[in-house]
Amino acid sequence: MTIRHHLSDPLLIAYAAGTLPEAFSLVVATHVSMCDDCRARLGAFEAVGGAVVESSSVALSAGCLEAVLARLGTPEPVSPAKPKGQLPTPLQDYIGGDLAAVKWRRLGMGVRQAILPTSKGAIARLLYIPAGQAVPDHGHRGTELTLVLQGAFRDETDRFGTGDVEISGQELEHTPVAEAGCDCICLAATDAPLRFNALIPRLLQPLFRI
Amino acid sequence: MLLDLAPAPMTYSAMPSPPNPRRQARFVKARQAPVTQDQDWAAHMIAVRDKQDKAAFAALFQHFAPRIKGFLMKSGTDAALAEECAQDVMATLWNKAQLYDPARASVATWVFTIARNRRIDIARRAKRPEPELLDWAQDDAPDQADIYEAAQETKRLTAALADLPEKQRALIQRAFYGDLSHSEIAAETGLPLGTIKSRIRLALDRLRQKMT
Ligand SMILES: [Zn+2]
Repeated sequence: MTIRHHLSDPLLIAYAAGTLPEAFSLVVATHVSMCDDCRARLGAFEAVGGAVVESSSVALSAGCLEAVLARLGTPEPVSPAKPKGQLPTPLQDYIGGDLAAVKWRRLGMGVRQAILPTSKGAIARLLYIPAGQAVPDHGHRGTELTLVLQGAFRDETDRFGTGDVEISGQELEHTPVAEAGCDCICLAATDAPLRFNALIPRLLQPLFRI
Repeated sequence: MLLDLAPAPMTYSAMPSPPNPRRQARFVKARQAPVTQDQDWAAHMIAVRDKQDKAAFAALFQHFAPRIKGFLMKSGTDAALAEECAQDVMATLWNKAQLYDPARASVATWVFTIARNRRIDIARRAKRPEPELLDWAQDDAPDQADIYEAAQETKRLTAALADLPEKQRALIQRAFYGDLSHSEIAAETGLPLGTIKSRIRLALDRLRQKMT
């Protein structure tokens, strides 16, 4: 797997700082699980966080240490690593299982989606696009992150293969098309509803929460 | 690129000390001989992890608990809650000590991630998805050069942060106190991120070595 499209510095900084909406954090955690490059960059930004903590000192009340010493018990043993599945573990936690456990809903033309439970502010969903099929072209009001989990898609900007993440802002109007040969599965997060250009999908929008 | 003011050594041989990483290794393991200031916190943390050493924990507490409290107050938490959370964070440090790997992060960095997660807990009651844990090769003694480098890095970054002009320092601090949203960070061109590029390369080399 050669990843060509990575997370941006601002996304990794916001994730390191803990300020991303949960749905975006899920995309970041899933990509980092697949990508050494972004894992290394995330570690570096967390080290900046360590330096910020080092330089923020405020005196404690008396007895603070003693209270903590009194409650120290037996440390937790390390839990064994989960067996590897088809999908990275942060994503499995939200699905409640591996790929086979996804509860897909049909969107028409063979396209399916599953909305994952995250807090308000952004929506995360899995998209299943049959090989050669297009997702209705749409623009965005906010930011959309699309991480390829299986297969590949192309749009007006580039090709996105397994592990690649496309970061699109308001200005992008695109029509992603799944590459022939393999059905494409993506994890997508948006912080505002998508704008579809065709009339019908717009009517369906409230229904499917796309 | 103001963080570049603190020159980041690109190779271990470029570092002034320690001359012999292997000797340093024995210091960390046995904790008999005095350790250098740079490795101190990692050595304390290893004593907590391997021997449930309460004296080492108390020393870590004296250094880090006031900083966690300060960090959380700057993040908008009131003093009483910040102190309570600092206590929770330090208790977590003890409880989850087995997860600490001194070759991958300095104690300050690890403390930051625990404090950040505590802040997310209290502020939003939202979950935080975490990346898959890597299956690091089970070598019994982590590379001492890595431990040294992780501690050095925090020292360098802390010094570099202190040297920044007020405006830029405030910007970095605000980002990590959780004051800036993703789009605000994206719109901000003044973030001085120069130095950490070399750190990224080191971390990446390390990941590749470990995973092959
Ligand atoms: Zn990446």
